Amino acid sequence: MLKFILRRLLYMIPIFFGITLVTFVLFNVAGGDPAAQAAGRYATPDQITVMRAEMGLNKPLLNQYFDLVTQLFTFDFGRSWSSKQQISHLITAGIGPSLTVTFPGFVISLLITIPLSLLVAHKRGTFFDKATLVICLALTAISSVVYVLAGQYFFAFRWGMFPISGWDPSWDGRWQYAALPIIIMVSLSLGSYILFFRTVFLDEMYQDYVRTARSKGLGNAKILLKHVLRNALVPIITLVVLQVPFLITGSLLTESFFGIPGLGGLIYQAIQEADFPVIKAMTIISAVLYMVFQLISDILYALVDPKIRLG
Amino acid sequence: MSTVATQNFVPVAELKAAKGRSLWQDAFRRLRHEKVAMISLAIIIAYLVMAALCAAGLLFTNYNVTDHGAAYLPPGAGHWMGTDIFGRDVMARAAHGTITSLIVGFFGAALAVVIGTVMGAISGYFGGVIDELIVWFYTTVDTIPYILLVVAFSFVVGPGLSTLCLAIGLTSWIGHCRIVRSEFMKHRDREYVHGATALGAGHARRIFVHILPNVFHLVLINFSLGFVTAVKSEVILSYLGLGVAAGTPSWGMMISDAKLELAREVWWGLAAATFFMFFLVLAFTLFNDALRDALDPKLKSR
Repeated sequence: MLKFILRRLLYMIPIFFGITLVTFVLFNVAGGDPAAQAAGRYATPDQITVMRAEMGLNKPLLNQYFDLVTQLFTFDFGRSWSSKQQISHLITAGIGPSLTVTFPGFVISLLITIPLSLLVAHKRGTFFDKATLVICLALTAISSVVYVLAGQYFFAFRWGMFPISGWDPSWDGRWQYAALPIIIMVSLSLGSYILFFRTVFLDEMYQDYVRTARSKGLGNAKILLKHVLRNALVPIITLVVLQVPFLITGSLLTESFFGIPGLGGLIYQAIQEADFPVIKAMTIISAVLYMVFQLISDILYALVDPKIRLG
Repeated sequence: MSTVATQNFVPVAELKAAKGRSLWQDAFRRLRHEKVAMISLAIIIAYLVMAALCAAGLLFTNYNVTDHGAAYLPPGAGHWMGTDIFGRDVMARAAHGTITSLIVGFFGAALAVVIGTVMGAISGYFGGVIDELIVWFYTTVDTIPYILLVVAFSFVVGPGLSTLCLAIGLTSWIGHCRIVRSEFMKHRDREYVHGATALGAGHARRIFVHILPNVFHLVLINFSLGFVTAVKSEVILSYLGLGVAAGTPSWGMMISDAKLELAREVWWGLAAATFFMFFLVLAFTLFNDALRDALDPKLKSR
């Protein structure tokens, strides 16, 4: 097991190299002249030259690449072009609001969809199963932008049940603003989650151990909860762990619509203002987060399944 | 003697069928009996025909006719789905938006499938260092969030219809590449490939002429999946300001315009774009499911 973890840890080095390289190529090499963009449309050539020196763009590419890696390790990404604030501050400030929405939203989604999918998989082939399937497919055929727009329009604008947008940083005050985004996030994930879990459970339902359990006279509830659900936990846990980085970085759409000062809103703002340093920092951080949680999920997987760590 | 006798009882028609039916014909037969699949296919064809007629200037020709006196008219007799801020007919614009979505869906998915197939084939077939390099590359790209990768790419190239297709294609090939790679790993040591080698077939011939037809059903399935993803991505990218040029009718632009329209109680632009997109995406998803069942009967037995 230790050997597996060590090997898996070592594999992070080339991936890390890859992430920084791709980001570097996209933003520093291919992305035009960042200095010209930072200086603005009406900058004189002299101003751009000064800007280039300030931004360290006169250095050889290799040095610029090392700057990028240093930024990541020191967690110092410089300042945002638009707000002139330290990017590291912007990021640490955004994690809380993002998680306020995504964490409850994710937990509620799981609590609704897992039991429902288990039931649907158990009743496979029946009208109930087919109806759920069609509803889920229909839910996923609507763009996520529409969910957010329609949710805001009906619940906040038309019926006034929630504030249209805004945020209160205090712990008690934030929930009135987070409630509607959480509801939207749950309804957004219903369709795709049920479709996913249904397949996961169906895969288990046809295993020999289910037939054995049935033939020795176990009841449906016991088979579903003690056998099927337990065996299906492996893909479920993988999904949960791999979802964590996205919970941290928040939802771009919801946060920008509702004015939530989270990381998703930060990315949206940066895209609107072509704020390259912020986009670059968020790209690298999201990728590294994903890489770390992929490692965690792989280790968990190996703990459960000996075939992986020995193979 | 007895074998001869039984052979005589096999109806000729059945013998012919058993002999001449390929995997594809078999799949097509299965597909033809699926009611849902055929209805979905009919809907997809209807969209294609509508887009073609729109593009040829035969249908909804008034999509760009502005009438400032008739801005934001609610749905009614003259305009079934109302008008937009410039007084243009919303239904005509939604219908013309089909063209944009079909282009993005087709080229985005086609590019992804071509890249994924070639990379996956090379990786799985050759193995060794090449395989490790390709796996390293796609693991890296996969680690970077899809949307940020597309955004970064759009910034580099500049927004527009072709950027949309390129960005979507260049970022969504990984899932398909993984699947093709593992199939090629399975196939490269099969007897028919060794047979081809013995007959003097080179690597390229073995990959593209011998193995590829055996995994081609995956290409078709993933193309259809990628199509849906691309159509949906267009909407999100439009909302982020990275969509098609202003003035080109597109569902993504209509939906993102709705952000301002809804505050004025103008809901029909959003409704029309969602309505048009809904049936195309749903039809594609249902058809894809049936296609997968038809091409991969192992799964169907469940």
